[in-house]
Amino acid sequence: MIVEIGHFALILALALALVQASAPLVGAWRADRALMGVGSSAALAQFALILVSFAALAWAHLTSDFSVLNVAENSHSAVPAIYKFSGVWGNHEGSMLLWVLILAAFGALVAAFGGALPATLRANALAVQGLIGAAFLAFILMTSNPFDRLSPAPFEGRDLNPVLQDPGLAIHPPLLYLGYVGFSIVFSFAAAALIEGRIDAAWARFVRPFALIAWAFLTLGVAMGSYWAYYTLGWGGFWFWDPVENASLMPWLAGTAFVHSAAVMEKRDALKVWTIFLAILAFSFSLLGTFLVRSGVLTSVHAFANDPRRGVFILAILAFFIAGSLSLFAWRAPLLKHGGLFAPISREGALALNNLLLTAACATVVFGTLYPLALEQIAGDKITVGAPFFNLTAGVLLLAACFVMPFGFSLAWKRGDLLGVAERLAVAMAAGLVVFIALIAFRRGGPTLAPVAAGAAIFVILGSLSEVAARAWRGGVSLSTAFSRARGLPLSFWGGAFAHAGVGIALLGLAATGLGAETIAAMRVGVAQTVGPYQVVVNTVGERNGPNYREIVAPMTIRSGGAFVAAIEPARRLFATRQMATTQAGIATIAFGQVYVSIGDPDADGAVPARLYWKPLVTLIWLGACVMALGAALSLADRRLRFGAPTRAKSSAAAAAATAR
Amino acid sequence: MTRKGRRLALIAVALGVVAAAVGLALYALNDSIVFFYSPSEVLQKNIQAGARLRVGGLVQPGSVVKAADDKLDFSITDGAHRIKVSYEGLPPDLFREGQGVVAEGVLEAPGQLRAETILAKHDERYMPREVVDALKKQGRWQEGSGKP
Repeated sequence: MIVEIGHFALILALALALVQASAPLVGAWRADRALMGVGSSAALAQFALILVSFAALAWAHLTSDFSVLNVAENSHSAVPAIYKFSGVWGNHEGSMLLWVLILAAFGALVAAFGGALPATLRANALAVQGLIGAAFLAFILMTSNPFDRLSPAPFEGRDLNPVLQDPGLAIHPPLLYLGYVGFSIVFSFAAAALIEGRIDAAWARFVRPFALIAWAFLTLGVAMGSYWAYYTLGWGGFWFWDPVENASLMPWLAGTAFVHSAAVMEKRDALKVWTIFLAILAFSFSLLGTFLVRSGVLTSVHAFANDPRRGVFILAILAFFIAGSLSLFAWRAPLLKHGGLFAPISREGALALNNLLLTAACATVVFGTLYPLALEQIAGDKITVGAPFFNLTAGVLLLAACFVMPFGFSLAWKRGDLLGVAERLAVAMAAGLVVFIALIAFRRGGPTLAPVAAGAAIFVILGSLSEVAARAWRGGVSLSTAFSRARGLPLSFWGGAFAHAGVGIALLGLAATGLGAETIAAMRVGVAQTVGPYQVVVNTVGERNGPNYREIVAPMTIRSGGAFVAAIEPARRLFATRQMATTQAGIATIAFGQVYVSIGDPDADGAVPARLYWKPLVTLIWLGACVMALGAALSLADRRLRFGAPTRAKSSAAAAAATAR
Repeated sequence: MTRKGRRLALIAVALGVVAAAVGLALYALNDSIVFFYSPSEVLQKNIQAGARLRVGGLVQPGSVVKAADDKLDFSITDGAHRIKVSYEGLPPDLFREGQGVVAEGVLEAPGQLRAETILAKHDERYMPREVVDALKKQGRWQEGSGKP
């Protein structure tokens, strides 16, 4: 019964989405306030209905109702409750339901908190959002109904894919979707602006909070996915330039470019048409990613089932929204009033350069991801474009962007003083150069780009800090004045400083990958194996039972010159239902580095084959992403930039002085 | 700077970045593309030793030999032909005889691959798609059965 309620709620949501897609549009066109208002109510009700639907599916999963096909195929009564719940989106149908739930949530956010937006802009944006919702709800109901029943119901389910039985499943998809789908609202606002044929600096201010939310979650989602792959695949790799990963990187790059160009638009009323284009681009890449991942074009753990009907349907949605928005753009963009041009040496100039580099990097990722697919369709040749290609193209371009970053952050709007900025960044530059030279001198092998990346990372981190210092310390004031000035700096400034420092931190982690150590060995109990500066000893090899698996565990002790450092328990789990094994790497975090051990099945003579890694500073890669997201959150908390918020009187003269520049 | 000068500067920088991106992409494409072949194709196309490629098919039952603790020899078959593969390192979790596999590495001699990476499928329901296609060409794949 509950399952049927979920199904009906989803059908009702589709009907409401269609209303939301049409009524406010007509209302905005005829300046009919009542009709425009329908959009908000419909958006809120649609969200509530999809929430009911999602809850119904979650209930079916939690109670292991195997009469539901989706539950029978992707769950098992012995699965721990947390994986029963996260298993709701651990399959194609459920993950699409989560997708539309988040889509509707962003629509509801605009409906609930968008009271200060111009009525027509809000109505048009909600209409576009409703149209996207309708398309995906129709997709779910027609090709991927999660509420299909199964008769007779089996006694036991076929189990959740063991690779997905991991806390990562509870975190990674929701975070990623909040980012991925979050750009839908930015897209909707862009389409609304094009429909109205009017765009101004205020538009950028309205969209800014949504873009920041989406960007922060996408950053966390990509980082979480990377960390999950890192600890679960047993290779110690964290980024494989796999098409599925690229699918999440493309909207991230476009979204990062958008956040920056929107700042130029807001402050300087320039780059307006370009900003709209980026908004369309970011969500188009989200759709492209959804297609690549969900249609079965690619084989990966993310592609749950290969039903050609689904691929064609998503492709149709993709084509409609991308072609539709780009035609709208081509038709309406010439009507938009162009912003002024700006001086090359200025903050907006640096941001334009940043945009160029980011979009060029994004283009190379798109090319490297789609070229093999296209070539196979056209010529029948099967090729792989591997990591070397992406490192040499996107990697180099993004590294170049990192070099420009501190300059852009320190330059003033309108007319910058490059020499003054270089003076201010002198310490950071010198430190970066020292690190670069030291690494070149002491390097033994490793990636060629590593010393450059390490130098750039130091430059970026110290560059952000020196900008904070320069603003707080101006005029050689006392430490307490400097401190109170620093507190008075606007939150959006702190947000930028943190986000940029986060990039530097992540880059430092990436640069350190070449400095680690790696050993493959057959380990015997009691015999130490050296990896990097550490010795690893297997204590025992045993077996034990988990809730729905058996595992071989090899508890190990990590020592450094005789002193105990950490204990780890790498294991291999065998899941009986699917006859499938997974690797549980043993990981010990030491300072910011990690010792990482993954084991294979023990040999007949008791030796355990193992991969041992020492990865210095590796956690910085993901910590950096967290710092970036923190930066976005700080910027989001800045009252001055929240739409509808009354301008607050400056609390102190210090703050006014600090922001005046 | 005049308005014209500003516009020229912007366009020049944009062109510079685009040119750099295209240049890098073309340069990188030269030596980082890897072709995928089935064992039959490797032999029929007479691919020269030293070439970098991916070979996909099934792990020939009975062919897996552990030469040393971290050394593995096996054969990849598509039913018609087979390629010998030697690999240093641990095979992935799902590596098993009779199952789908993709090996990437350098061809040492015709029919002999030194693999650097081995990829196995993700679970019992899915096969690497290249492997399915390779098996289909040899008529060894029945649609829908999930088993060759």
